[in-house]
Amino acid sequence: MPKLTVNGVEVEVENGATVLHACEEAGVEVPRFCYHDRLSIAGNCRMCLVDMERAPKPVASCAMPAGDGMVIRTDTDRVKKAREGVMEFLLINHPLDCPICDQGGECDLQDQAMGYGYDASRYEENKRAVEDKNMGPLISTTMTRCIHCTRCVRFATEIAGVPELGAIGRGESMEITTYLEKTLVSELSANVIDLCPVGALTSKPYAFAARPWELSKTESVDVMDAVGSNIRVDARGAQVMRVLPRLNEDINEEWISDKTRYAIDGLRRQRLDRPYMRGRDGKLAPASWDDAFSAISAKMKKAKPKAVAAIAGDQCDAESMFALKMMMGKLGSGHIDCRQDSAKIGGARSGYLFNSTIAGIDDADALLIIGSNPRIEAAVLNARIRRNWLATRLPVAVIGPKNDLTYDALHLGDDPALLDDVLSGKSKFAAKLKKAKRPMVIVGMGALTRSDGAAILGKARDIADAYGVVGGGWNGFNILHTAAARVGGLDLGFTPDRGGLDVAGMYKAAEAGELDVVWLMGADEIDHARLSKAFVVYQGHHGDRGAHHADVVLPGAAYTEKDGIYVNTEGRVQYASRAAFPPGEAREDWAIIRAMAARLGINLGFDSLDDLRESLYEAVPHFAARDEVVSAKWAKFGGRSKLTAAAIDSALDGFYMTCAISRASETMGQCMMALAEDGARDAAE
Amino acid sequence: MLKDEDRIFTNLYGWADPGLAGAKKRGDWSNTAKILKLGHDEIVERVKASGLRGRGGAGFPTGLKWSFMPKEVGDRPHFLVVNADESEPGTCKDRDIIRNDPHKLLEGCVIAGFAMRAHAAYIYIRGEFVNEARRLQSAIDEAYAAGLLGDNAAKSGWKFDIYLHRGAGAYICGEETALIESLEGKKGQPRLKPPFPAGAGLYGCPTTVNNVESIAVVPTILRRGADWFAGLGKDNNTGSKLFCISGHVNRPCNVEEEMGIPLRDLIEKHAGGVRGGWDNLLAVIPGGSSTPLLPQDVCSTITMDFDALKDAGTGLGTAGVIVMDKSTDIVKAISRLSYFYKHESCGQCTPCREGTGWMWRMMERLVRGEAEIHEIDTLEQVTRQVEGHTICALGDAAAWPIQGLIKNFRPEIERRIVAHRAASAVEAAE
Repeated sequence: MPKLTVNGVEVEVENGATVLHACEEAGVEVPRFCYHDRLSIAGNCRMCLVDMERAPKPVASCAMPAGDGMVIRTDTDRVKKAREGVMEFLLINHPLDCPICDQGGECDLQDQAMGYGYDASRYEENKRAVEDKNMGPLISTTMTRCIHCTRCVRFATEIAGVPELGAIGRGESMEITTYLEKTLVSELSANVIDLCPVGALTSKPYAFAARPWELSKTESVDVMDAVGSNIRVDARGAQVMRVLPRLNEDINEEWISDKTRYAIDGLRRQRLDRPYMRGRDGKLAPASWDDAFSAISAKMKKAKPKAVAAIAGDQCDAESMFALKMMMGKLGSGHIDCRQDSAKIGGARSGYLFNSTIAGIDDADALLIIGSNPRIEAAVLNARIRRNWLATRLPVAVIGPKNDLTYDALHLGDDPALLDDVLSGKSKFAAKLKKAKRPMVIVGMGALTRSDGAAILGKARDIADAYGVVGGGWNGFNILHTAAARVGGLDLGFTPDRGGLDVAGMYKAAEAGELDVVWLMGADEIDHARLSKAFVVYQGHHGDRGAHHADVVLPGAAYTEKDGIYVNTEGRVQYASRAAFPPGEAREDWAIIRAMAARLGINLGFDSLDDLRESLYEAVPHFAARDEVVSAKWAKFGGRSKLTAAAIDSALDGFYMTCAISRASETMGQCMMALAEDGARDAAE
Repeated sequence: MLKDEDRIFTNLYGWADPGLAGAKKRGDWSNTAKILKLGHDEIVERVKASGLRGRGGAGFPTGLKWSFMPKEVGDRPHFLVVNADESEPGTCKDRDIIRNDPHKLLEGCVIAGFAMRAHAAYIYIRGEFVNEARRLQSAIDEAYAAGLLGDNAAKSGWKFDIYLHRGAGAYICGEETALIESLEGKKGQPRLKPPFPAGAGLYGCPTTVNNVESIAVVPTILRRGADWFAGLGKDNNTGSKLFCISGHVNRPCNVEEEMGIPLRDLIEKHAGGVRGGWDNLLAVIPGGSSTPLLPQDVCSTITMDFDALKDAGTGLGTAGVIVMDKSTDIVKAISRLSYFYKHESCGQCTPCREGTGWMWRMMERLVRGEAEIHEIDTLEQVTRQVEGHTICALGDAAAWPIQGLIKNFRPEIERRIVAHRAASAVEAAE
C-alpha cells in the first residue's frame, strides 16, 4: 500500500494503482482521453501529464505505477503548459464541427477544451482530412474527428474479442479502421460509441435525432435477454430516443449488447395502440376496450374453469404475471405457464438460477457449458467469461453447438451421451474439472427445452455433485436463461397449479377441443396454430405472431412504458421504470388484468400498482429485496429419464431478432442484412 | 589522435577478409572461453570500469545498463537484443562494422549475453541493409560451423544462439521498445516505460537492448583491459568511437578516433577538410540528424565527446557528423529533417503525431519566407510543446534540430521573411 503526496495531500492507494488513481484518491481531477478503467493502458493521449519529484520531464500519470514516497504535483505551471500544449495539438487537426456533431454536449474533447484550450488557434496550415470508414449499420464514423486514443481498438480486441479494429498508417497518416471496411462482427460493437471521447464514432440509428440536453433520462432495466443489464432510457416526449448502459459492477459493468441498445426502434413500429376483435370475416378490426372486454367476459363466463388457460411471454413484468395468476386462480384454473419454450425447469430455485451470480464468473477456474451459446444468448455475460479466460486462461469446454465464443473452448461434441462421459470421468475435460477449486457449469436453454430436458438437468446436477461444483460457500451450478421474464415467472409460481396443464398440455387440450379460452400475455414464441380451436386473447404491445392468431387483442405496454419488476437469470430482483407512455389506447398490463377481472366480477384485492406489489411481496417475500440476489439452497431437481440421441443445440439461432420488439426493429434487420452481405462477400472472395 | 595500435576496428574499411579466418587473424574469437571464465558479474564490472557509454546515441553507461538485469534467471529467460536498425540520417558506422567486421559483433554478443545470463541474442537489422544482413548471416553460419555459437559456444560450456531479424525499414523501430514490439511481430510503436526492458522486455522477459558498436567493442575491452580503454579519451567520455563524417568535406569517411578529439581536427585530418577551407564552413550537425547544429565559431573549438557537446547545447548522439558549408540553404536543410521526422513518427502519441506535421509545414513556409516574424516564436514554442511530452525520444529528436536552427540562424530566417514580404509588395504594386 504505497503512500504518496499529491499537491501536498498525503494519500494511500492499493498496490498496483497508478499515479492517476492516487490523484483521484486525493480529489484531484486529471484530464484524460485514452485512459479507461476497463481497458489496457495506452498512455498515448498525453493529456494526464503530471509533475513528479526528481523526474526531468512530466510523466503520464495513467501509466506510472504509484510508488511509496512519490511527490506528485498537478498544479504547477509546467503541468498546465503541458496539458495546454497537448490540447492544442489535439485541436489543430480536429474539425471543430461541434454544431453538426452528435457528440456535442457529451464530448470529452469539448469539455476539456473548456479547461485547457486556448481561445484562438495558432495553426495556419490546412487541417488533415480522413476518409470515413464503414463499420456497419450501427456505428457512424467521422474519422476526421478522431484523436487516435485507440479506446475503440482496445475494446474490440480486449473485451469484445474481435481483432477486426485496428490502426494502419504512421504518424499523422495513422487511421483507425476495420481494415476491410466490414461490419464489426460483435454483439457488443456499439459500446465503442460510448467509449469514443470525441465524435468520431457515433450512433448511426440515432444520427442527428436529438441533443442530450433535450432528453429525459430514466434509469431502467433491459429485457432483451435474461442478464438484466442496467440501462438508461433517454426519451423525448413519447418517443424513446436511445438506450445507454448504466454502471452495475455486478451485472453488465458499463457495457450493453447491441440488441439492448438498438432494438428500441422496434418500439415505434407494429405497435398495438387500440384493442382489436376478429370479425365474422375472419379479420381483426379495431374495437373499443368495452367491446373487447364484453366479448372476452362472454366467453369466460361460458367456459368451465378447466377450460381456461394462460401463457406468459418472455418480457412480462412480474406484477402483471402475478395479477394474471391471481385472476386465473379466482377463475379456478391451474392452467398457467410462463415457459413458452417448454423448458423443463421449475421447482427448487437453485435448479433454475445462475447460482454463482454473474460476478462469480470472475472467480471460476474451470467452466463446462452445456447447450448454450452465451455469445448470442447473453453477450455481456460472455464478455466476463472472456475476461477470466484472458487473465487466467480459464479452461472452457462445450457440450452443444460449436461456435466462436471469442475465447478458446474445447468442443467436446453435441451428443447428450457426452454428459455421461464427463460424469464417469472418461471425458477429456474431466481432469480439468476435477482439478478446479471453483468449477462452474452453465446449462443453457438449448439443453433444457428438449423433450429430455429434465434428464439433462438431472445429469448436470449429478456432474455438479461429482465435481464439487457446489460446496464451501461456492455454487457454480448455473442456468443461463434467455428470457427476461422467466425467473420472475418461476419465482412467483406462474407454472401449472394443482394438476394444471403446461404449454405442451395446453396444445393437446386445445387440439382436443378441451380449452375454450387461452389468455396470452406477450406470448409470441409459441406454436399458435395448435391453439386455433380455442378463443385466444392476446395481451401485448406488438402486432407480432401472438396478435395475428388472436381473437381479441388487448394493447399493452412495452418495457420502457411501465414500471415493472424483472428478475434476471441470477435471481436478482430489479425494478424497471417508465420512460414514456404507451401509445394510443394501450394501457399498462397489470391495469388491463385489473379491469378485466372487475368485468368478470372478480375482486383481485388491489387498486394500484403499489397495492399489487404489496400482495406480491406477501406471497413471495424476496421480490421486495430490490437489486439483491437472494441465493437459493442446493436442492433436488431434474429428472432421471433416458437421454435421447438428438444433438444438443443452442436455444437461439441468431442474435438480432429474438422477440417482438427486435423483430419489429429496422436496425436489427439491417444488422442481419449487413452480416449476410459480408458473409456473401467473403464467400465470393 | 588515436594510435594505430589502439584501433579496435582494424578492418573498418574492408581491406582484409571479413570472414572468420580474417577475423581470427585480427584477434577475434581468441580465447573467448577464457573471458567467459571471468564470470557474469566480473565482466559487467570490467565493462563498467572501462567507462564505455552506449554508442547508439543516448550515451548511457553500458555496464550499468547490464547490471539492471536480474542477477538470477527466474522462470523467464533473459535476452540480449542488438539494435542494428541504424537509421539516423548521417550515421553509417554499424553498417561498416557488420559489413567488414561482423565477428566482432558476434563475439561481443556471446560475451555480453553471457554477462547478462542470456542464452540467446536477437540482432534486429535495418531492412534496407540487404547485403549487410547477408554478410552477417554468413558470419553467423560460419560461427556455428566453427562451434563458436550453439550449445557450447566457443567451448565455454555456455549455450548461446544468435538470431538475425530483418526490420521493414521504419526509423522508429530503432527505439528500443518499438524494436521489441516489432521483433514480437507487432506494429512498431514504442512502449510505455516503466516497465523497462530489463524487467519486462522481449515477450515480457528481461531484455537488454544495445547498439551494434557498444557490443562490438566489448571483446577488445576485455582482452586489452578496462584500464586501457579508460585511458583513451577524456574523463567520463572514455575510449575510442567511430565517427561518420559526411556532407561538404573533401573526403567523407568513417573513422575510429579517440573520444574528445577536437571537431576541427576530425574534419581536417580525416575528412580532408571542409570544401573551400575552414572559413567556408557554415555549420555542423555533430551527432546525427536529431542533434542541434553548431555554428562555425563553436565548431572551431568544440571537442567531440558526450559532455562537451551537451554543454554546447547539442549532443554526440551517434557521432554522425554532417558538415555544411556556406553554399547550404540551412533553413531548407533543417526543413528536410523535419520532413523526415514527420514521415517517421509512429503516430501513437499526440504531441509527436500532430506536432511533427505542424513543425514541418511551418518550416516549409519559413524556407520560402511565407510567414510572419512572430511565427518563428510560435514554431519555437511548438517545439517546446513536443519536447519532453512524448512516449519516446522521437518527439525530442524532431524538436531539437529546429531549436538549433532558431537559436543560431534566426537572422537568416527573418531575412527571408522580410525579403518575401518585399517581393510580394512589389508584385502587388505591379
